[in-house]
Amino acid sequence: MHRLIWLIPLLPLAGAAVNGLLGRRLRFSETVVGAIAVSSVALAFLLGVAAVYSYGFGSHAQWPAAYVTSQDGAFGYQWIPGGATELTQGRREGAYHITPAARAEAEERAREIATETGTPPGAVLTGAQPEPRVLGALLDVEWSYQLDPLSSIFILVITGVGLCIFVFATGYMHGDAGFYRFFAYLGLFMFMMLILVMGSNFMMMFVGWEGVGLCSYLLIGYYFDRKEAGDASRKAFITNRVGDFGFALAVFGIIATFGSTQYTTVMAAASGYPVEPLGQFGLMSWLALGLFVGACGKSAQIPLYVWLPDAMAGPTPVSALIHAATMVTAGLYMLTRTNVIFQHSQTMMLVVAVVGALTALFAATIGITQNDIKKVLAYSTVSQLGFMFLACGTGAFVIGIFHVMTHAFFKALMFLGAGSVIHGMHHEQDMRRMGGLKRYMPKTYWTFLAGWLAICGIIPFSGFWSKDEILWNAASTTLIPYGWLLWAVGTFTAALTAFYMTRLVAMTFWGKERFLEVHAGGQADEAHAHAYDEDVKQHHARTESAGDRPHHAPDERVGIAHIEETGGGSHVDARGRDLHDLHDPHDKLAHAHGGHGHGSVVPHESPPSMWIPLAVLAVLAVVGGFVGISPAFTGGAHVGGRMNIVNWLEPVVWNPSTKQFNAPHGAGGGEHAANAGDPHAEPNAIAQNHGAPAASTQATPAAHSDAAPATHAATGADAGGHSSPYGNDTGFNLAHAAESSLGGHTAAEWLFIIISLLAAGIGMLLGWLFYVKRPHLPDLWAARLGALYRASYNKYWVDELYGLLFTRRTMDAARGIYAVDSKGIDGAVNGSAALTRRISRYTGNFDRRIVDGAVNGIAGFIGRLVSPLLRAAQTGLTANYALVMVLGLVVAVVFFFSGDILGLVRGR
Amino acid sequence: MNNLIANTFALVWQEAAVGRWQTIKQGVVEPDLSKFLVIAALLFIIGVAGVLTRRNIIVIFMSIELILNAANLNFIAFTRYLQDTGNLNAVAGQVFTVFIIVVAAAEAAIGLGLVIALYRNKETIFVDKIDLLKW
Repeated sequence: MHRLIWLIPLLPLAGAAVNGLLGRRLRFSETVVGAIAVSSVALAFLLGVAAVYSYGFGSHAQWPAAYVTSQDGAFGYQWIPGGATELTQGRREGAYHITPAARAEAEERAREIATETGTPPGAVLTGAQPEPRVLGALLDVEWSYQLDPLSSIFILVITGVGLCIFVFATGYMHGDAGFYRFFAYLGLFMFMMLILVMGSNFMMMFVGWEGVGLCSYLLIGYYFDRKEAGDASRKAFITNRVGDFGFALAVFGIIATFGSTQYTTVMAAASGYPVEPLGQFGLMSWLALGLFVGACGKSAQIPLYVWLPDAMAGPTPVSALIHAATMVTAGLYMLTRTNVIFQHSQTMMLVVAVVGALTALFAATIGITQNDIKKVLAYSTVSQLGFMFLACGTGAFVIGIFHVMTHAFFKALMFLGAGSVIHGMHHEQDMRRMGGLKRYMPKTYWTFLAGWLAICGIIPFSGFWSKDEILWNAASTTLIPYGWLLWAVGTFTAALTAFYMTRLVAMTFWGKERFLEVHAGGQADEAHAHAYDEDVKQHHARTESAGDRPHHAPDERVGIAHIEETGGGSHVDARGRDLHDLHDPHDKLAHAHGGHGHGSVVPHESPPSMWIPLAVLAVLAVVGGFVGISPAFTGGAHVGGRMNIVNWLEPVVWNPSTKQFNAPHGAGGGEHAANAGDPHAEPNAIAQNHGAPAASTQATPAAHSDAAPATHAATGADAGGHSSPYGNDTGFNLAHAAESSLGGHTAAEWLFIIISLLAAGIGMLLGWLFYVKRPHLPDLWAARLGALYRASYNKYWVDELYGLLFTRRTMDAARGIYAVDSKGIDGAVNGSAALTRRISRYTGNFDRRIVDGAVNGIAGFIGRLVSPLLRAAQTGLTANYALVMVLGLVVAVVFFFSGDILGLVRGR
Repeated sequence: MNNLIANTFALVWQEAAVGRWQTIKQGVVEPDLSKFLVIAALLFIIGVAGVLTRRNIIVIFMSIELILNAANLNFIAFTRYLQDTGNLNAVAGQVFTVFIIVVAAAEAAIGLGLVIALYRNKETIFVDKIDLLKW
């Protein structure tokens, strides 16, 4: 079954192609467009499930070895035939030795190329030199798909969460004029995202990388008639260009270093390089830096995070799919994919961890003060991505991916819930005008609660398991120094997360029903202005605009606005209260629409097409974390065999202490203990692991301290007496200290679990206190912390700073270049043109006067002189002409026969 | 009477086939080539003189016919001369003559048509009244 994985990306592409190319021409109804889009993704999801099952658990399971479709001819073709490549990088490190067989093959290949191109073999492959400069690499980029533990997770998350979001979007986008276009873009995005995670080499990853960037651009700017959407899409695209620049450089570096782009080749080759300790910035660090810049752009990390909050200008399903669940996790995918390279550079690991932790903290502090519900979720996403980076930086790549998965569940759920709220509130995004929605939208409310508890990290919701593991790894890591500081930042951020998420829930679903009230006024919030903007648009859009945000069909009864229409313009809400006095006096637009006011509305619950995906995601958000249940709860081991995500992903991660990829732990318990006892186990222990997928919990507690997954090998190294790859003491290790005082690994982990639960509890309690119990507290504290509040509210003026530092400077540079262009280059062109004109005037005069004068003069002279003679000859009389002809004949005869005639005369 | 006709016919047949006419024919000396050429030259000169001197366009046409026939006579004469010298395949001159006759007939047809059209426009067929070629 896993031979069929090449179909997975093609299905959404086919759906997108049908919708995009035929949707408008054939005037597909929303039902048809939705059916095509949803069914294509559903098929891809089913195929993905089947393929992953077949790969991991089937009778011919290949797990954990990577399955590349070209290896057994299932799918694959030579995409970029590159020929022999000269390796210019990495020779000095001297770690890359090519095997004789590969070298012979390369030489053979070079000879073929030589005969084809007619160059001597030495020119292609300098094998004759004593120190061969070309190490025989052949750069042939193929197009084939790779199924391995990492891409499996991503395939399932992308298609599974994507399916929920597609279904939701059919409800959310109902009534939108660009329905088919939306689903065409969304399908194209699915295709590109799947290419990104399923490709077997860096070039395919790059294709997917740019493709999702393009789709993100298209979908953020989906409401292209709104300036802010257009600006946001350009901002996202341009910001990502910075990251892509680093990514592209890193890919070039990888080609120059390893002579291949195939993951398997590169990773195997990279394993042989020496690890660069902290402070040494060698080749591997540079490669990692380039990759990290790319990841920063795509995954919205400091300093390139600014595009993600603005990306909320796109439709809400887009925010859920692209800007929460899938595309922004591409950076994490890449980090984990290239973890060999990252783990070779301790410096870059530290950078990743620090950037992740700072981003998490930074974004969380901004999220606290935002009033636009989607903006809060956007900053929350940035913050959670920071957590994932923190996990990767501490070596816990597996946990990072685990958090990607749980985050995809609960953040997609919350985004869709927010979408449902926005839909129900008639496109009101400002939380200050919500409140008390619990009564009106119970289904949205209860599902949203699941997401809230998950992101806050309350046991046993999914977010708890992944976030807690991240914090524990930060505290216990020995890969990088100052893990305890990162842990402290992470824990504080977790409390902040709980606080602002509680604030969001409280302002939206609890408390007073502010949507019936006068708007509080205050600062002209972007979301507020934006909502009015949309109100205006909404009415004109039905007839004028091709791309407007979704709105209700004209005859659909959605609340007071339509009651008014039938009720002769009396502004009465559902409970019969007169609303005239409640209208904001500045709310002229509502009145201007003549009984169609949007100043206040009664929210309504969303249709089944929207709440059913919410329910599915809510279930996942509740139970999704159990696939990575913390070892502290299960006696110290990652139970569940391959069903445990940690065990499943472990073989993807390279272990710097053993200089091997981690041995799989997903087999039975006995084998597990045996492997764990020997951290130097051969990676081809894979071979021993066929079958026996059943979980086992019978490992003895004594084995557990050693049985920590190899991601924690360094931790395990402390406990088990192995030496850390970077030396023994790389800083104060919090977990180590806790262990020595508590007397055990598990006990220490329990301590951290309790601390993180406490942090979440404090955050939620404060949120409840501020926004439910004592609603005057926020204003009080905003005044008390005036400067901090303003900084957070204005997002630390980062956009303004970037505007000043980069945008304005770019504009200045553009203006300067324009000046050079318009004055210098255009001046030269225009000057030479003017010069040419002047010269041509002189030469023209010369030509006209002298040359033409001579010609005309001569002609006139001849004409005047000769023409009378010639005219006289032309009598027009036939007889004359005949006479001349005869005379000519006589002359000719005389001329030709004169000699004969003379001879006749003389002779006779 | 009947007898007389029969006898006369028999005599003529006899004379024509094998009789004295044959003897006479063999006895006659055939005129040589130069005589034909001279006659042709005379015809040609008469034709040219006619073309140059006459005003009436019809007569000019007739003179042109004379010129053409002078040429025809030359062709025939040379053909015969060549056959007498033994080249029995020399028939090109005769063929040429036939062509010339055909072309002359066509030319006469077209030319007379032109003359009629000219007459309708100018009401004259005298060539010295028609000097349109000047322009």
